[in-house]
Amino acid sequence: MDKNTVGRIHSFESFGAVDGPGVRFVVFFQGCPLRCLYCHNPDSWDMKSGRLITANELTQEILRYRSFIKSGGVTLSGGEPLAQPEFAEAVLEMLRENKIHTAVDTSGCIPLSRCKNAVDKADLLLLDIKSINPDIAKKITSSEMSGALKLLDYREQAGGKVWIRHVLVPGLTLDTEQAHRMGEFLSRYKCVEKVELLPFHKFGEYKWEQLGIEYTLADVDAPKHSEVAEMRIILEEYGLEVSTTV
Amino acid sequence: MEFKTGKWNRHIDVRDFIVRNYTPYDGNSDFLAGPSSRSLKLWDEVKDLNNAERNNGGVLDIDEKTISTITSHAPGYIDRENEDIVGIQTDAPLKRAIMPYGGIRTVRTSLEAYGRQLDPEVERVFKHRKTHNDGVFDAYTDEMRKARKSGIITGLPDSYGRGRIIGDYRRVALYGADYLIKEKTAAKDRYVFDIMSEDVIMQREELSEQIAALKELKEMAASYGFDISNPATDVKEAIQWLYFGYLAAIKEQNGAAMSLGRVSTFLDIYAERDLAEGKYTEEQIQEFVDHFVMKLRMVRFLRTPAYDELFSGDPTWVTEALGGVGIDGRHMVTKMTFRFLHTLENLGAAPEPNMTVLWSEKLPENFKKYAAGLSIKTSSIQYENDDLMRPEYGDDYGIACCVSPMRIGKQMQFFGARANLAKALLYALNGGKDEKSGEQVGPEMAAILSESPLSFDEVWRKYDQICNWLSRLYINTLNIIHYMHDKYCYERIQMALHDESILRTSACGLAGFSVVVDSLSAIKYAKVKPVRNEAGLTTDFIIEGDYPKFGNHDTRSDEIARAVVEHFMNKLRKHRTYRGSKPTMSILTITSNVVYGKKTGATPDGRKAGEPFAPGANPMHGRDSNGCVASMLSVASLPFEFSQDGISYTFSIVPDALGKSQKQREDNLVSLMDGYFAEGGHHINVNVINRDVLLDAMDHPELYPQLTIRVSGYAVNFIKLSREQQLDVIHRTFHTRF
Repeated sequence: MDKNTVGRIHSFESFGAVDGPGVRFVVFFQGCPLRCLYCHNPDSWDMKSGRLITANELTQEILRYRSFIKSGGVTLSGGEPLAQPEFAEAVLEMLRENKIHTAVDTSGCIPLSRCKNAVDKADLLLLDIKSINPDIAKKITSSEMSGALKLLDYREQAGGKVWIRHVLVPGLTLDTEQAHRMGEFLSRYKCVEKVELLPFHKFGEYKWEQLGIEYTLADVDAPKHSEVAEMRIILEEYGLEVSTTV
Repeated sequence: MEFKTGKWNRHIDVRDFIVRNYTPYDGNSDFLAGPSSRSLKLWDEVKDLNNAERNNGGVLDIDEKTISTITSHAPGYIDRENEDIVGIQTDAPLKRAIMPYGGIRTVRTSLEAYGRQLDPEVERVFKHRKTHNDGVFDAYTDEMRKARKSGIITGLPDSYGRGRIIGDYRRVALYGADYLIKEKTAAKDRYVFDIMSEDVIMQREELSEQIAALKELKEMAASYGFDISNPATDVKEAIQWLYFGYLAAIKEQNGAAMSLGRVSTFLDIYAERDLAEGKYTEEQIQEFVDHFVMKLRMVRFLRTPAYDELFSGDPTWVTEALGGVGIDGRHMVTKMTFRFLHTLENLGAAPEPNMTVLWSEKLPENFKKYAAGLSIKTSSIQYENDDLMRPEYGDDYGIACCVSPMRIGKQMQFFGARANLAKALLYALNGGKDEKSGEQVGPEMAAILSESPLSFDEVWRKYDQICNWLSRLYINTLNIIHYMHDKYCYERIQMALHDESILRTSACGLAGFSVVVDSLSAIKYAKVKPVRNEAGLTTDFIIEGDYPKFGNHDTRSDEIARAVVEHFMNKLRKHRTYRGSKPTMSILTITSNVVYGKKTGATPDGRKAGEPFAPGANPMHGRDSNGCVASMLSVASLPFEFSQDGISYTFSIVPDALGKSQKQREDNLVSLMDGYFAEGGHHINVNVINRDVLLDAMDHPELYPQLTIRVSGYAVNFIKLSREQQLDVIHRTFHTRF
């Protein structure tokens, strides 16, 4: 592990309350190979921009916030944090040395051969499953989805906790049939502690406009509370712990 | 069951009584009782009165004929049958009294604003009786008048009651009025020296006034059918006795802020005894508290429209300090602390009393979560750092107004409003001329005339000179104000509930804090070119490049922020103050940040002329881009030892950003406050609310009669704010990321 590994970050949020347990410092990595239709940080896609920072500098910055994150920790998000595996690994390692809880928010799109070491050092994986249906996942991400499931298999075998995150988009993933398949699938994994259902929202739409990219979900409404509740009940039937925003 | 005796039995020493007798409570809120049917009935009547007041243009009724004193009005009731705790300021609820000793002009203007005329008899009295306001203007210099008019020193209490004095109202309950009179009489008898110097004469006269006021207090209580000569014998009496003391104060003084002090743990001692003896049940005790709090929600003063513009929403700052930790290491949370907060559930959210939790890492977790949970539900609570204040103020201090700590019954302050440092910076550029009027308000000095970008060293040098002038003028102005206030508008009953030997502070303040910090940072780290008008005055700026902004936990701007605080405090310390008071400073604007902003030209940070400042020590709206913890850390890094009258920070967050469930939100809010206070933050207002709710309340105020929001240092009914103030609240940073 090299403390001076350089990475690209987009920004950080000093108070994250919804990206893992407790109050968390969230680092948004720059760069992501996926192009999800509902991405709320499209400005973090580009692999070549962002602020250059060493793992050590980032860790020192995080340590200045220590008194706030005692009950929580740090979440690496993005962008895709595992797209910079050596940098992510170095940061996670240094945070572990400082006894700070870590989470990595990933779509699993990076081959395990590249990011295994970083994954091993994260206390918690926030694994984003776009859809249990490969065709729909592909439609959302413009990519193959198998990575997420491989990563889940690896975690199950190597140990370590996982929270599944799943965005409910009307017309794509807000679908009881998919919910049943996902519930059945996930119920086999012991490493899955919780499933977070995230109702689709358009808070990031303005960024698409700023970047001059077409936002194809402009006409899609946020799901109704009752629809989210229905999905939740289905997943709970499979013995999963499910959370949604109240 | 007798109370444990000690020093408090030999001399007045309320703290000793508390420390020996109180019972810390570590449990949760399960013991609390809901509102009784009587309480709900009474509260419905109060709500009707509040609605009637609002529909009547903000004031229900005024007694313009009677000069308010402790005994001026016949007893008044809301609903005599159903009131456990009695006493209101006049003979009818929400009817406002006139208190002209601060300034007859203010009374006249206030009456006219509500379509009333000053009564000829009152007018006649004040032809022969000078007021505080008259005295001040007799002594003001031209320079002071100019500085006041231009708004570089502003919000001065020179035409009404200065407030910010906390009587130790608990003394009335613990000792009874007769003992207090006896002690004051003995003190006066002792106060004889070889030389009858001015301060001795003054003290003797004041003691006589205090004794007279205590006698009037007894008389007022008697008119309600209570003999308060002797100590209270149970919790109901203790609340009633204490409230009579407070009521006397608000009948005599329309002070800008009339704090209650720190009464809950004191009252709990009586409640515990009554519970143990089976005298009252939990339900009954909560009912007494609910009724008491209703009274505190009904405190009203007659104000001028100009005052309302400055301090919007009809605030009275009935501040009650809750919790904290004792010198002996035991926390001071009791069941009564819970009961006081519980009124926010029993009666719904409200801005008054100004519930102030003294936070410590040692507070019991159950209590922390209960308070945080109520903040999330009601946005009605503020928090201040007990671990920061206790070393200096001990464990029996209260909060005057919003953020000013003072030992109860042992310390008072000469309230001094604030100096507009953003304007001071512009004076530094313009050679002491006001950027709006062009008038030479400050000292004549060389203006900066170069076309090149401003040089940080040059600007700082000139700013330093302006601050020499400003701090001297400021203290001198306060000296006049408080000399006259003592002379013409003395707080007789409040000072009767103080020791004879007290610590006085000259409580200065500053406004435009983050504007100055960001301006200096812009000058230092970006290129700021002045734009001048035809008269050669710098009235705008062109900023090239970016600069570190306050509120991002960036060492460069945080260092400037600390330097600005220490610099001005060091200046204030150089001047001679009235009655040997100790200069202190606050970073607090209340809602005046809007008015001060309006009076101030464009500033080098990019703020346009007339735009509001941020409130208190808040970063400027939208400039804190690293999230709320970064913002909190910047504010927490400000040195309290150089700003001991308080550093106010207002934090607003949407519920979803705080967590997904109520429990998560409570836990996260507790973590945030533990972190903020551990890093040395002094004060925080917590709002957990969606902007949409506020927008809807602007359009449909009738649907939100109790919607409460915390602004700098106090809470208001959102719908009572002026539209301009409402928009200011809505435009401020709401932390929303989720």
